[in-house]
Amino acid sequence: MIWDLHVHFSNFEGRTPHEKMADAIKFADRMSIERFMLYLGFPPHPKDPTPAELTQINDQVLEALQHWHHRAFGFVYLNPNHLEFSLKEFDRCVRDGPMVGVKLWIARKCNTAELDPIIERAAAMNAVIFQHTWVKVTGNYPGECTPSEFAELAARHPDTPLICGHTGGDWEHGIRAIRHLKNVSIGIAGSDPTNGFVEMAVRELGPERILYGSDAGGRSFASQLAKVHGANIPDDAKRLILGENLKRMLAPIFKRKGIKV
Amino acid sequence: MIIDTNVYVSHWPFRRLPGDELPELIAKLREHSVTQAWAGSFDGILHEDVGGVNKRLAETCRRTETRDLLIPFGTVNPTLPDWEEDLRRCREEYNMPGIRLHPSYQGYSLDDPRFADLLRQAAERKMIVQLVLNMEDERTQHPLARVTEPDTGPVLKLLPQIPGLRLVIQNRKREPSGKLLGRLSYQGEVYFDFAMLEGVGAIAKLIEEIPSDRVLFGSHYPFFYFESALLKVKESGLSESQQKAIFSENADLVLEA
Repeated sequence: MIWDLHVHFSNFEGRTPHEKMADAIKFADRMSIERFMLYLGFPPHPKDPTPAELTQINDQVLEALQHWHHRAFGFVYLNPNHLEFSLKEFDRCVRDGPMVGVKLWIARKCNTAELDPIIERAAAMNAVIFQHTWVKVTGNYPGECTPSEFAELAARHPDTPLICGHTGGDWEHGIRAIRHLKNVSIGIAGSDPTNGFVEMAVRELGPERILYGSDAGGRSFASQLAKVHGANIPDDAKRLILGENLKRMLAPIFKRKGIKV
Repeated sequence: MIIDTNVYVSHWPFRRLPGDELPELIAKLREHSVTQAWAGSFDGILHEDVGGVNKRLAETCRRTETRDLLIPFGTVNPTLPDWEEDLRRCREEYNMPGIRLHPSYQGYSLDDPRFADLLRQAAERKMIVQLVLNMEDERTQHPLARVTEPDTGPVLKLLPQIPGLRLVIQNRKREPSGKLLGRLSYQGEVYFDFAMLEGVGAIAKLIEEIPSDRVLFGSHYPFFYFESALLKVKESGLSESQQKAIFSENADLVLEA
């Protein structure tokens, strides 16, 4: 069972969400991916989206889920710079809609207090929370947080499971930054398939805190799956990383929403 | 059966990698039915004693357990004095079929006359030239060892001037830029691997831009997980004949030529 934490519309062919999903499913089937989490709308993705843009983006994901809810789940894209709107958007898409998680990107540094109400609202619904992180030697975007900044957020919410997206890209740095935070899992998507990544993560975090994701279609499913398939770790650890951990994280909100998989 | 044109021996300077010891490397290659691997040396990227690097590489590839599996591709750094002797040794003493260049780590651009001279001499010696554009994502490089992908534009001008040159462009990063790839492939005998190519179905998209006989299997192992390149072939949904060509037939023809 492979569940992919991290898929976007980018690079999939089609003019509509339904057509792009059909293309994505074609590739997912080739790679034996049973389900994937979908977030962000059609590219280009605004780094600091307005409320109108958030609505449009999330509507595209909702439209995609109408036909493909048996293969994908949606995460709502929120912007803490528009806090009140984001909380309402969460209610529309998650509390009252079919989505099961939250995607936070680079609009605002994630260690700032404006994120706290979003985390609390999502935690109250058991929604899975994904925060993008990178630490780039070439320089981060102004609102792009590092794993160390993410760790500050996670420390303020020790009882809420949080996902450190991309493990900071520089995973040797990212794993160290969050390893002391037991409420944090890492997403391994969206970086080069550098040999040793998953082995180090298993050694430092244990296999239960590692989530396979691809960042397809910007990345290939192939290169990101290779991080797990190619890792020198036990098969039961691979099963956890490839899907069982994500399914376990989603179980509370599935139960709340009555979703059976 | 696979011919992997992008494998390294020895140690990456900034981290130990699973597979950077020879027995592990050989086991991984054999596990995936690799019958031949074109091997460069990580040492060749930064070491100045290139003669020592190439001697060790040749010895490694001659060992009983690696013979016929690892084919050595030596290092030549045209910014070093007497690089011509390194090229001569690669061909005449070690019988290497080609060389592997890392211009971004050795501080020269592709419009440097020394690079043109090296290509010319390699072609005269009937050697394959592997031109490595990247070793890793620029964003995750060591902060004290940052390099950028060289501009391959000057290669377009050089190709018509160097008859007989067989050039393999390795580790072009992320998404292919179709126009440049197409022009390179039609200007001369230029081949490409796909170790760093990204995006879903990347190889299928690549062969829309360039002839499929110009695509070589390259894993960038052990820097990358070997399975990445393997799974990219699967993801691209290629026909059986396309897969055979990319897995081995194309590389076989390049080597035989």
